[in-house]
Amino acid sequence: MAGTQYLGSEIKDVNQFINDADGLESEREKEIGQHIGYRYDVNLVPDYDRITPFLKDYMEFMGWDDLNWLEDIHMGYEEGSPAVFDRNINGWVRIPDTIELPDNQQDRDMIARELLLKFQMSDRHPLVMLRKAYKKF
Amino acid sequence: MASVSDAVLKEMTQEERVKALGMTTDQLTGRSMYMEFDPDATERFAYPWAPDVDFNKRTELDCDGMTATEVNANIRSLMDEGYGSIVIKNPRGMHSLGVGILNKLNLIVEGSTGYFAVGLIDGPNVRINGRVGWSCGENMMSGTVMIEKNAGSTFGAAIRGGDLVCRGSVGSRTGIDMKGGTIIVGGDTGALSGFMMQRGRMVVCGNAGKNLGDSMYDGTIYVGGEIKSCGVDAVEAELTDLDKAWLTRKLTQYGLTPEKGVDHFTKIVAGKQLWNYDNLEPNEKKLIL
Repeated sequence: MAGTQYLGSEIKDVNQFINDADGLESEREKEIGQHIGYRYDVNLVPDYDRITPFLKDYMEFMGWDDLNWLEDIHMGYEEGSPAVFDRNINGWVRIPDTIELPDNQQDRDMIARELLLKFQMSDRHPLVMLRKAYKKF
Repeated sequence: MASVSDAVLKEMTQEERVKALGMTTDQLTGRSMYMEFDPDATERFAYPWAPDVDFNKRTELDCDGMTATEVNANIRSLMDEGYGSIVIKNPRGMHSLGVGILNKLNLIVEGSTGYFAVGLIDGPNVRINGRVGWSCGENMMSGTVMIEKNAGSTFGAAIRGGDLVCRGSVGSRTGIDMKGGTIIVGGDTGALSGFMMQRGRMVVCGNAGKNLGDSMYDGTIYVGGEIKSCGVDAVEAELTDLDKAWLTRKLTQYGLTPEKGVDHFTKIVAGKQLWNYDNLEPNEKKLIL
């Protein structure tokens, strides 16, 4: 990140926001008490060599040649825990401790895509209840 | 609570339904939901309520004498009947055609559409064999949209996901306020493209008008031709090997790869000089002013 005093610190390590939940590094961040900017690279394009079989099956099911909307899904870090932002509920959903995280962001992003997809299509997703409450009968 | 039947819910007001289903009225603010993924969740590729459609089951829908609301309702009925490929005939520049399709579907529009074509879609693959008016693919969530000719202004306004492709040229303010997804323009794009872009990717194979990426917050714009001028806080960045691989893959997919490849593309990103997160700054400004 090119910087002024208003900018945050650079992301140097894939575990940075797991090891340091606050992530306050620059003088400005320390001054205002919050990390500035995203905690992951939102512009990172997927490496298709690392795609999982489940995601391949999903692409085939939808008739797509690539990950489509999942290209924008990354593993983020919220309050020191790995998590994925679900746009359908406007909130973070956490990765269970039982899942071992790979040592690089690309593989973590593929796991995030897989988990988010399964969650969004499941009956326990809050959208199921929201739809029931707000749909037009 | 969740076991209340649809028949009972139907008799209730919306407020009563919300209460009966045990929901609260908390504002959603992007905070942690304190929810965890279930690693053993069933592998399913469609929303629980989505109709089961078959791409091989094809039908036609003639728009003559129909309103846009009727056409859109017909598309939904056909999906409920299992049709996975629908050909729209005689659209005659109809506005709001094919909006709100939340399912996988092959939708082919034989002709041109008016404003807000295929907005708010989540899943379908759409091909429009003509031109489109303003705001095509507005608020699109996922899927692919291919426009064979030119498109109007605010192409892909506030798009959140999916691929929105125009083989021809597009008007101004392309991808205004885009929050994700990919917009690809085979020809030129007008002024203020990528205005207030927040994330996602825009690829312009031709030239870009003035003030490209003005006030962009994040995201990436790739331009193959000339850029008339960059807007406030839009800066050039290095085109990485990963960018090149992604560009080649994406453009090949839609048959838009330039003869000379992608190495000449210019990459534009946010300079992040306009980032302003904290509450202190207004006070500081007051002191200065």
